[in-house]
Formats: sequence, C-alpha cells, structure tokens
Amino acid sequence: MIKLQLPVSEAAIRELKMGDEVAISGLMVTARDAAHKYIHENWPDWLNPIMEGSMIYHCGPVVKQHDDGSWSFVAAGPTTSIREEPYEAAVMEHYKVRAVIGKGGMGEKTLSGLAKSGGVYLHAIGGMAASLAKAVVKVHDVYMLDELGVPEAFWHIEVKDFPAVVTMDSHGGSLHKSIKAKSDEVAKKLIFG
Amino acid sequence: MFQYDEIAVKNQLLELIRRAATDLPEDVVEAIQAAQENEDADSAARSVFGMILKNIDLAREESTPICQDTGTNIYLVHMPEGVSMRKLTTLIHEATAEAVDKSYLRPNAVDSITGKNSGNNIGEGQPYIHFEEWDNDYIEFKLMLKGGGCENVSTQYKLPDVGLGAGRDLDGVYKVIVDAVNAAQGLGCAPGILGIGIGGDRMSSHMNAKTQLFRKMTDTNPNADLAELESKLYNDLNTLGVGPMGFGGKTTVLGVKMGTMHRLPASFFVSISYMCWAYRRHSMLLKAGGEVTYD
Repeated sequence: MIKLQLPVSEAAIRELKMGDEVAISGLMVTARDAAHKYIHENWPDWLNPIMEGSMIYHCGPVVKQHDDGSWSFVAAGPTTSIREEPYEAAVMEHYKVRAVIGKGGMGEKTLSGLAKSGGVYLHAIGGMAASLAKAVVKVHDVYMLDELGVPEAFWHIEVKDFPAVVTMDSHGGSLHKSIKAKSDEVAKKLIFG
Repeated sequence: MFQYDEIAVKNQLLELIRRAATDLPEDVVEAIQAAQENEDADSAARSVFGMILKNIDLAREESTPICQDTGTNIYLVHMPEGVSMRKLTTLIHEATAEAVDKSYLRPNAVDSITGKNSGNNIGEGQPYIHFEEWDNDYIEFKLMLKGGGCENVSTQYKLPDVGLGAGRDLDGVYKVIVDAVNAAQGLGCAPGILGIGIGGDRMSSHMNAKTQLFRKMTDTNPNADLAELESKLYNDLNTLGVGPMGFGGKTTVLGVKMGTMHRLPASFFVSISYMCWAYRRHSMLLKAGGEVTYD
C-alpha cells in the first residue's frame, strides 16, 4: 500500500504503476457530468487552487446537512468515469490535476493525457458507498450546489486513507484495455464458434 | 372495499425504501458469497468481493445506502379492485421525499431541459410506478432501485443482427447477450444480473426485461428451453474474464433471468436489463387490517 498525501507532485505520480494500491489523504474535489461540462465551457480560475496537485473524484454523494449548516457524506462511491472521456485529459492538463478517481476506467484520449501531463487513473470500488463515505472525514466546502444539485456539485472534501488501485498509469498501462482485449477473444469464440 | 390508514402506509412505504436502499436481499448476498468462494485465493477478484461484502454489512448495520446512486425507483404495485392509484401515488411520493430528507435516497431527478435537480427525487416519470389489479385481497408493493451505471449498459437488439450472425431464434438471442455483456465490461458494476426480455415491442420488451429482475436468484425458469439457455449463458458469460468491477476473474454475471412475449411477425427484439451487484429489491404486503410484511 502506497500512501499519497495531497497535494502530490508530478514526479511522485509518475512513479506509480498499474496495479499499485494506494491510500490517499488530504483535500480533493468531486466533479462529475454537469461539473465537467461546466468546466469545459468556462475554465473558471477559482478552481485553480482547489485542483492543482490534487485529485478529481467522480462521485455523486448522498449527503446530510447538520443543524449548524455543516455537511457530511453518508454514501460516496465512485460513478462511471467514461462519460468524462471527452473532457478529462484537457481538464487534468489545464488545472495540473494529478489523478482522477472513479470506476470502469477511461479511454485512449485520457490514457494519452495521463502520459503527457503526468497523471494516473485510480479505481475505487463501485457500490462501496458506505465504506468510502467513512474515508471522507470532512466536507470543507461545496461550490455551485444550487446550479448543479447535490449529486453534481463540486464538493471540496478531506479524505483519510481513501483506498484505490492504479488501473491506468502515466506509462501507457491500462488494466481495462488488457481485460477487454482478452474478453473480446472469448466473446468472438462464443459468438462465431 | 380495501381500506387503509394513509399515514401508517406512508411510514410503511418509507420503511420499504429504507430496506431497499440499505439492506441487500439475502438471496443476492448468498450469490455474492458463493462467487467469492469460487475465485482463486489471493486474486484481485476475491479481494474485491471481500470489500463488497464488507460494504454490504456496513450499510445494513448503519442504515446507510449500499450505493450512493440510489437509482431509478421502480415500483410494481398489485392491488384489489377499487383501490385508488392516485392516492397510492401520492403516498409513494410523500415517502420518497421523506427518504431523501433521511439520506436513504439521493435527490436523483434532473430536469432534462434545464438540468435542474428537483431536490426531492420526484419528477416527471420519477419514481416509476406501475399498477396492476389482481384477485387477492391485499396490496403488494415491489420496489427495485436501479442505478444509472448499469442502466447505461443495458441495451436492446433487433434480430436478425448481421454483424453478429444472430438469427431469429434462441441461438441468435444467445449471441446478442454475449455481445452486450462483453461490451459492458465492468462499467455496470459487474458482476451483473441480467433481466432479458425476448419479443414484444420496443417498450414492452424492456419492461419485460426489468420485470424478470424481480425474480429470486435461486428460482428456475418454468419454460425448459429458457431454463437451459439461462444456465448456458450463466456458464459461458463467466468465461469472459471481466470479473467483479472489471478487475478480471471468474465471475462476470451472478444470474440470468429470461422471459418472453409474443411479437409481431416483422419484429424480434431482445432487451437486456443489466443490474449491478448492488441488486436492491424488496417487497411489502399490506393486508386489509393494516398488517404489513416485508420480503
């Protein structure tokens, strides 16, 4: 298990290889479908300090607001990442984001982007909502809650020992690509004999 | 005339939602445990199943959602003659909004034009409620929570499919299902449970596929041909090597459930409703005296 403290350097990220297990601590931000569309249309400067050297978590949480107005995460597993494929490489490069965390992996465009700008794709376990919410120790802030709604807002969160696996690295390695290649072969035999 | 106490039923529906969101049914948990046992020691698949099972226990103990995507809430309601569908719809809506307040459900209804989230999980077509009348003297509410990731990999084919060499017979049905599950990889939170609708029109075929998902994991299809095909697909799909969450392994599907409908001579649809491993469904029986049982 490799411990990563955020913000993290490009050099430390480039050392990671497909298959490495990591435990992340520090500040990161959630962003999913509507947030990526918004970023791509506006490239807001206010995200610079939030994203630089940090990680984007593809997650639409179930949250609870307490009487004092503060928030906590009740359920917070990853959502499917491939929907952000059109945007992610550009977002990571622009804001110097060092990793995205999600599920299901991403495609060629992101894989090339990871090599170019120095990033990794981290796989969290989908449906691990109850367990992963425990790793979110504090909700620091939320941005664009009214515009985007609870699942799609930017939640600025502090995590402690958040578990994930490197499934796409900055050296062209992708677990998703190799599993797909193997299962394509089996499927071809099953369908065409 | 079937009578009931509205406040009591609203609270009972809230409990049904809580169970559906936080408590995975026993037949599903047993299927996941068996799948874990079947994976190699020290494999990634076995470890992923371990994390999944831990999460299932934690969600049940703490009454928090198993998955943050609490999904499309799909209700199938059977009721005796004379019960008002509008009143039951209102009660389901009230229970839904309260479940959001209690963090059992995520506000999951987004206006398709403005992008605005309604904030209470209620919107046009959400939750989805299907009513049918029956001869029994009690009401049955079946509820399934189906997340977006697995809904996105669900699909529909029309036979023949030239590219796959799939003709208008059960062999053709087999081929398109293999194609769909291979295309899905881990994106729908594998291992999946497949609800398959054969025949019907585009709409009824999808409905049939989803309805199959209300069957128990352990049941056997009453049609011998379909029972055989379900079993063959279960075995063959598990050779694809996709594994839990797409990490590789021997478990790509946990179950296959098929149903048929008559079709037009011109059409032959095969609909595949892919359900994630967080296969959340429970039901509630409401008797005339107000007594309620959950399954």
